[in-house]
Amino acid sequence: MQAFTVHKGIVAPLDRSNVDTDAIIPKQYLKSVKRTGFGPNAFDDWRYLDPGEPGMDSSQRRINPDFVLNQAPFDQASMLLARKNFGCGSSREHAVWALTDFGFRAVIAPSFADIFFSNSCKNGLLPVVLAEDEVQALFEQVEANPGAQVEVSLEEMTVAAPDGTVFRFTLDEDRRHRLLNGLDDIALTLQYADDIRAYEERQRSEWPWMAEHSQG
Amino acid sequence: MAGKTLYDKLWEAHVVREEPDGSTLLYIDRHLVHEVTSPQAFEGLRLAGRKPWRGDSVLAVPDHNVPTADRDKGIADPVSRTQVETLETNVTSLGLKFFPMADVRQGIVHVIGPEQGATLPGMTVVCGDSHTSTHGALGALAFGIGTSEVEHVLATQCLWQKKTKAMQIRVEGELRPGVTAKDVVLAIIGRIGTAGGTGYAIEFAGSAIQSLSLEGRMSICNMSIEAGARAGMVAVDEKTIEYVRGKPQAPSGELFDKAAEYWRTLVSDPDAEFDAVVEMDAAEIAPQVSWGTSPEMVAPIDGRVPDPAAESDPVRAEGMKRALEYMDLQPNTPMTEIRPDKVFIGSCTNSRIEDLRAAAEVVKGRKKADNIKLALVVPGSGLVKQQAEQEGLDRIFLDAGFEWREPGCSMCLAMNADRLEPGERCASTSNRNFEGRQGQGGRTHLVSPALAAAAAVAGHFVEPSALKEA
Ligand code: SF4
Repeated sequence: MQAFTVHKGIVAPLDRSNVDTDAIIPKQYLKSVKRTGFGPNAFDDWRYLDPGEPGMDSSQRRINPDFVLNQAPFDQASMLLARKNFGCGSSREHAVWALTDFGFRAVIAPSFADIFFSNSCKNGLLPVVLAEDEVQALFEQVEANPGAQVEVSLEEMTVAAPDGTVFRFTLDEDRRHRLLNGLDDIALTLQYADDIRAYEERQRSEWPWMAEHSQG
Repeated sequence: MAGKTLYDKLWEAHVVREEPDGSTLLYIDRHLVHEVTSPQAFEGLRLAGRKPWRGDSVLAVPDHNVPTADRDKGIADPVSRTQVETLETNVTSLGLKFFPMADVRQGIVHVIGPEQGATLPGMTVVCGDSHTSTHGALGALAFGIGTSEVEHVLATQCLWQKKTKAMQIRVEGELRPGVTAKDVVLAIIGRIGTAGGTGYAIEFAGSAIQSLSLEGRMSICNMSIEAGARAGMVAVDEKTIEYVRGKPQAPSGELFDKAAEYWRTLVSDPDAEFDAVVEMDAAEIAPQVSWGTSPEMVAPIDGRVPDPAAESDPVRAEGMKRALEYMDLQPNTPMTEIRPDKVFIGSCTNSRIEDLRAAAEVVKGRKKADNIKLALVVPGSGLVKQQAEQEGLDRIFLDAGFEWREPGCSMCLAMNADRLEPGERCASTSNRNFEGRQGQGGRTHLVSPALAAAAAVAGHFVEPSALKEA
């Protein structure tokens, strides 16, 4: 996983609440068996005017000029700003892969859906929760001053707005540690293999039907 | 000290290790796998040279991409085919339990888990699918995970989790005739909103929930995620135990009795404290129809499409306006004047035998209306289909001009050939009405099986009891 320490870049304002993962990456692209290559189809239904199918050359498609990610300088954005309940709906991690593949490193919103939040932390995409009025202030600033840079620091847990205001956010210590260091979750967990085996021992004696009958 | 909630009990029984900050390594008993969210996980496992920790915890099935017609011809779409074949190669090379497309036990992962007894009360159940909450209906802790977590569970049999808050939603009293589990859960989401349950595990309780069959409870827990909650659950009672008895993967004999004794403890203690409690009066719930592009946008069948101009919150009003535009609806239109083009009866919310019976009861002796281009019935599993055919339900649907298909997710998300064309409007028993969910430009109205069936025969939304005599 790519570590996240500090990132500075352009923020694209996506002024919608309840942005669902079906919108972030429509279902036809979920047929891929890979983790990469989803970027050109991030927000496909909003971004293009013609219907998209896997395998199409996206550079040949008709783009929707009204969609924020098709407008300079937001086509170069590396952070996304949205309203509440971002990433709701389907658990598809492809949504996170589409955002990272597009080039996003962070999403800033007043709230996130739980599964999306957890998926993004596992892929080095930082979900930043700010208060509604702070999000509103950022919307106003980036819309008034589109190319302005915003700096997000996970080390300090701060967001520095273009006008210099600093907003604070939090992330639980465990996730923060993993993100800061880009750690492999599985290797960390396997350090506790003995604990897992001890639990299985307990299960066999207390709830013997759990594993024994699982072969059907 | 306050008693324990059902969630506390399920959680505590699965703690492998707890860190000082509350991060907990939680043991996973059952891992359900489908073709869409697993290929990258198996690839990750392979690249790291890892093996599944406990292969016998896995049950894998293709459901999202499978065709619902002409199965003998295989999967026409090469990309879908690759995905289904990739699942088969992945699981068979590791010796994992798998129901291929031709197996009568194949079906939607959330239908077959309980049906096979692969999901049992007291288990932790995960799947790379947000509707895993369905399995909580059996008194299990079940939740959807992302693909990285699928890989993590395969490799370690565990997940790092933090305990969430607990919410109790109590629905008390008697449901009105014609009001189903689906209406209850849509009404709940309409009340608390799609983020109302975010950060919570929801326990559905109260006399109206207890009065439901296990199938009905599954429909409710299924849509916990539409209320924002990863997990939904219902306490174990005798109905749960009878449901599990005799299922292929359930314990039997003495072991069953021993298990049942434990399962009966899987209820919230009377003095348990919840972080939030929502109370609803069952008698006030009417059959529901969604009018917008979020599952919280629902109205009673005798109601009207709301008017954004009457909404005081500007962000909400904007969202409503956008939804009405997408849905091509005018404010104040009576719900009964909305005319669908297609009807879909299926999905992990409503494709169990009870759902098909409810729909067939409405359809019996009637015909599909002329304006309905397609009325599709897709059973949740091969076994549900078999049962329905034994009961003659397939004939009822076919005689009325409906289509009777093979099991799978089908038009719930339109990854296979079943989909809406741009602009088409659908009465659907599925769980998501997002833009494009059932096909790009398609418009979805979420309803119960009985209401979907009634819309198919009337050509517009209507309460089944208001239909002309068959
Ligand atoms: S039926 Fe629909 S909601 Fe259920 S698992 Fe399949 S695609 Fe997901």
